[in-house]
Amino acid sequence: MSVPAELRYTEEHEWVAIDGDTASIGITDYAAQQLGDVVYVSLPAVGSAVTAGEPCGEVESTKSVSDLYSPVDGEVAEVNEELDDDPGLVNAEPYGAGWMFRVRVAVGSDGEAALPPGLLSPAEYEELTKSAG
Amino acid sequence: MTSQPRNTPLRSVHERLGATMTDFAGWLMPLRYGSETAEHNAVRTGAGLFDLSHMGEIAVTGPDAGEALDYAVCGWPSALAPGRARYTMLCAPDGGVLDDLVIYRQDADRFLVVANASNTAVVLGELQKRCSGAQVDDETEATGLIAIQGPNAARLLSTVTDLDLPAMRYYAGEDGSVAGCPAWVARTGYTGEDGFEIFCAPGDCERVWNALTQAGNSGDLLPAGLAARDTLRLEAGMPLYGNELGPDVTPYEAGLGRVVRLDKPADFVGRDALAARAAEGPRRVLTGLVARSRRVPRHGYDVLSQTGQRVGVVTSGAPSPTLGVSIAMAYIETGATGPFGIDIRGKTEPADVTELPFYDRSKQR
Repeated sequence: MSVPAELRYTEEHEWVAIDGDTASIGITDYAAQQLGDVVYVSLPAVGSAVTAGEPCGEVESTKSVSDLYSPVDGEVAEVNEELDDDPGLVNAEPYGAGWMFRVRVAVGSDGEAALPPGLLSPAEYEELTKSAG
Repeated sequence: MTSQPRNTPLRSVHERLGATMTDFAGWLMPLRYGSETAEHNAVRTGAGLFDLSHMGEIAVTGPDAGEALDYAVCGWPSALAPGRARYTMLCAPDGGVLDDLVIYRQDADRFLVVANASNTAVVLGELQKRCSGAQVDDETEATGLIAIQGPNAARLLSTVTDLDLPAMRYYAGEDGSVAGCPAWVARTGYTGEDGFEIFCAPGDCERVWNALTQAGNSGDLLPAGLAARDTLRLEAGMPLYGNELGPDVTPYEAGLGRVVRLDKPADFVGRDALAARAAEGPRRVLTGLVARSRRVPRHGYDVLSQTGQRVGVVTSGAPSPTLGVSIAMAYIETGATGPFGIDIRGKTEPADVTELPFYDRSKQR
């Protein structure tokens, strides 16, 4: 199971990559493995507002369905339309081609993206998945 | 229910294969080895290998075993020829289903009753109570069960057995050897494909499993877990106890009235109630639904009429790997007509009624 060092994570098993004012978001390798084969991903509409910790979509797999939570506040800038034809990308490349959506976030006076508190470091996330068994 | 789940004889094999394991009916079972969709497709197009050692095996033996079973279940086991098998049900006096079973007549004096893992204790208790005059023994612990299912199953199994598989009929079984191990091999399964179930000693399971894995090395056999087994049986319109069947369901509602042999001369548990149910007709009917949306109907979701009234409930639902759409079985009130909606977490999604099964191999090839 992989937990890339350059990403931040949520307790609901999303990952976030920050680049300037844009947060790219997907679900983790651990989450994809737990779900099994993903068959459909419902994503928020481009232009809609999302709120950190609130559901904004859902991920359907063969055996179950899970809510997709936004890890950040902001406006949806882009969604991964490839997933519509090939939701299996979430299993194959959860941190790459299986990304889900991008959110434009507010930038602080220091030029850094303003992120909500409570995002997990890779070490913290790894700990969480271990204790989940 | 806090006790540790039981291990099948193939536990270490599953671990070596990197299976995701799950607690199922008190047994630690492989849910999937890799992609459950790939496992599903392997069974439809090549072959899949299943560990089913969690299933319950109960032997009913003695010169009067057939007659004893005739009273215990709603089928007609005494009419089975030795070497044949039948799908049947154990019903309560009120006609509700306590378990669905496959009964193999292995010999004139010996029947093997295969029960769902979750119901083995109930079936054993009922058979002990109902089968006076016959010997009833739980052989679950002493029996391993491996299934090979799919269009290539006969070809692959034939390379490691002395049995004449082409001559074996569907729902028939025979004693033979598999990978040099003594086994009862039957042409039965729960996938909607041709295939075989191999009952052998627990200590022989690994040898049988490995021999079949090797036979399938050409690449068209995959080990398959419970996740694939569930979507395979759903496509084939086969009921799962706890979903389509239960103590509050009669065989007629499940569309399985044919298994109730009201024509057999002997009395049996549930006869009066079942005869009454047969005469009055079912109040709800197990119905096949195909979702128009990509969201998946799942167990317990409400089925709605066009006016939004609740007219039924989904018993099983999944994305169908073979058909590429989401399918479901649901109990729907007799007389309710489609198109129906399914309440998928607060939003009604349209679904069309279709005939069961969703997948019939005889119509595909």
